[in-house]
Amino acid sequence: MKRFWLLCLSTFLAAGLCQADAKTFRYAYRIDPASLDPHALAETFTLSWLGQVYEPLVGRGKNLELVPALAVKWEQPDPKTWRLHLRPNVTFHNGERFGADDVIFSIARIKAEGSDMAYTVATVTDVRKVDDMTVDLVMDKPNPILPLQTTSTYIMSKAWSEANGAAKPASVKNKVENFATNNANGTGAFKIKSRQVGVKTVLVPHEAWWGPREHNLTEVVFTPIQSDATRVAALLSGELEMIYPIPQQDAARVNATGKHAVLTGFELRTIFVNMDQARDELLESSVKGKNPFKDKRVRQAIYQAIDMDAIKSRIMGGTSHVAGTMVAPGVNGYDEKLDRRLAFDPEASKKLLAEAGYPSGFEFGMDCPNDRYVNDEKICQAIVGMLARVGLKVNLLAQTRTKYFEKILSRNTTFSILGWQPLSYDAHSTLQDVINTPRDKIGTYNVGSFSNKRIDELTDLVENEVDPAKRQALISEALTIHKSEIGHIPLHQAGLAWGVRKGVSVHLRNDDSLELRWVKVED
Amino acid sequence: MGTFIFRRLSQTLFVVLAAALASFVLLRYVGDPVNNMVGQAASLAERDAMRRALGLDDSILLQFVRFLRDIVNGDLGVSYRFGVPVSRLLMERLPATLELSVCAMLVATLVGVPLGVWTALHRRGVLSHVLLAISLIGVALPTFLIGIVLILIFSVWLGWLPSFGRGATVAIGHGWTTGLLTTSGLKALVLPSLTLGLFQMTLIMRLVRAEMLEVLRTDYIRFARARGLPRTTVNFDHALRNTLVPVITIVGLQFGNIFAFSIIVETVFQWPGLGLLVIQSIQFADVPLLASYLVLIAFGFALINLTVDLLYAVIDPRVRAGLIVSRARL
Repeated sequence: MKRFWLLCLSTFLAAGLCQADAKTFRYAYRIDPASLDPHALAETFTLSWLGQVYEPLVGRGKNLELVPALAVKWEQPDPKTWRLHLRPNVTFHNGERFGADDVIFSIARIKAEGSDMAYTVATVTDVRKVDDMTVDLVMDKPNPILPLQTTSTYIMSKAWSEANGAAKPASVKNKVENFATNNANGTGAFKIKSRQVGVKTVLVPHEAWWGPREHNLTEVVFTPIQSDATRVAALLSGELEMIYPIPQQDAARVNATGKHAVLTGFELRTIFVNMDQARDELLESSVKGKNPFKDKRVRQAIYQAIDMDAIKSRIMGGTSHVAGTMVAPGVNGYDEKLDRRLAFDPEASKKLLAEAGYPSGFEFGMDCPNDRYVNDEKICQAIVGMLARVGLKVNLLAQTRTKYFEKILSRNTTFSILGWQPLSYDAHSTLQDVINTPRDKIGTYNVGSFSNKRIDELTDLVENEVDPAKRQALISEALTIHKSEIGHIPLHQAGLAWGVRKGVSVHLRNDDSLELRWVKVED
Repeated sequence: MGTFIFRRLSQTLFVVLAAALASFVLLRYVGDPVNNMVGQAASLAERDAMRRALGLDDSILLQFVRFLRDIVNGDLGVSYRFGVPVSRLLMERLPATLELSVCAMLVATLVGVPLGVWTALHRRGVLSHVLLAISLIGVALPTFLIGIVLILIFSVWLGWLPSFGRGATVAIGHGWTTGLLTTSGLKALVLPSLTLGLFQMTLIMRLVRAEMLEVLRTDYIRFARARGLPRTTVNFDHALRNTLVPVITIVGLQFGNIFAFSIIVETVFQWPGLGLLVIQSIQFADVPLLASYLVLIAFGFALINLTVDLLYAVIDPRVRAGLIVSRARL
């Protein structure tokens, strides 16, 4: 009997202690991850959120540097092969052992119909199992940046996926729900405890995780909160430990409470202007019979008429980084020497326009999203005003992202703004997808069809160059040509702002990814 | 009565069909969903393939017929954004919206009717003027502003009530969740119900007041008073009862409005109901979800109208006797 009471007492005490040690981290972002299936949608937020649950072979550290994840070592026995030495003693959330078969399965799944992540391993033509803990990825041509390209390429369990009918990626095309859409079995530091789509997801630490435990969390509650004002109120009222993003107009108010802090950084996404340089006559313009944007003087006139410092101070609250090149600081291949804008000079603009044969300017249409990038519509309105001062009359069409992307991706556009963050955090993506001459799978987002043969050649060289210094030289050369040709007009990188309650420490990484494994709740 | 119900039901079906067609045509204008369904790495050819696979390049009529056929088979499709069957998403979110709407309507009616009666009976009283002045605020201020102000006062400054969400919920039976059985659930309900119900409350109060004033002037009320009936009997049995028919119409129609247009309140309070789901779906051009939601709402409206018509029969003996079919169609 006495033992029974002792047992009761100790259970009670243990429960009490556990209670005292319970560290719940409640946080909110603007939207919910689109799916728990790591191969269903290549969207920046979904992938970064899923990085808490699933892991890549090679991951990213606090400063976006490459760090070992499920692979402890990666090397190139020859230029066309990447050999990955897998981490031993890793278990999935359901207790299964991780091994080479899971890697081979996952890469096949990523390449399968319906996957949105196929581009990350597009260069891999064969996956060979060397032994249970070693895998060779084989390519036709050397691909030095495969580790960079695959930091969001997450590994799933073969046994679990096959047992649950999720061996193929979730795709709406199949018109049925995939088991992996709302269930997850990764190797990450946190596992899903419960999830209600679009409402709330609860995570708990994966006790058998391989890495050092830098966090002190026992439970994580994630809620998407769409309204900016509500998100900020929920932080200020103490209902949440952390929110992101903080709207610029609220940053000062959050800082001023004394109980909260705002962390800031710069996005890796560069915002820039597209100009239609392909058509012989612009779609939406007063100039008939010719395309003024084909004339470099006109492009330069527009460039020099845009005052990015004013946009930074008046619209972005001083938080943005004014951009002189298409590749943002923090992205592999960034060249600081190129990151200086042409001088803001409306007089020079007017002169250039006059030389090009438009002394009294001309009229054209502009496309702009109003719910995609930070202050996108305001930036466009400012540009319209600035161009008016040099005699260019711009008819702005700002609309919601679905309408906007429909219009510009069908090339039914004259002049627009767009943002680009390379998913690989490497300049090659900017060159290939935004700057290269559009053809087949290349230049999808080069909606103005800027075209330069030398840049196209350089991009191919960049893709296969193994030596980092030579590779950087090729990237810089391509970006220098683009800059002097004014293929696009780079504008800025917007500021990032996270709001955190005092006593909670998080690490702000410039890809706007919150890594739960670095979160500490002190009180 | 049987033919009356049958006739109204067939009208209802027609209304729902018409609403479905209209919404389907309108949905062509929310934009291209495909660009949200693939990542930035997808090529234009891959996007076209996706569009074809989803049948988005077929004619609107063909798509509508397909949509109707699937509905008849009980299949509302799969959400473009979440990859989950639409019927499950709607069912998951329905309880939250229904609870919120019912609470808001209760607040509006239980406060609005007594206040309307009071201001009618004491129409020269100072308090009546104050109440009427305050009620103007409810009509004039936009809902989201009221919501934000309430959050600021009760969540951020006082810390009494939560600023977002539904609190803890309890599952009842198969697929229904309720927040009415937990403390946090009830606390979470207060601010959204107030915000959502405020406009309806002022509307009902003003309507009851105007109707009461009119009825109080009629001869039968004077005769009733002259006969020496007690004041309460005259005011509540004779006068109030006769003001209720238009009030019921309004409550019914407004309930439909509250239900359908809880979108703003649900967005402000991140209330996990249908409205929030719909606003997210509009941004992603989630066509299957939006089309199903609009049909559901049309059906709900038609059902409420039918209920209101049936309620007339209960309240107004002339309708019951078949003398008039229905009154006061607003």
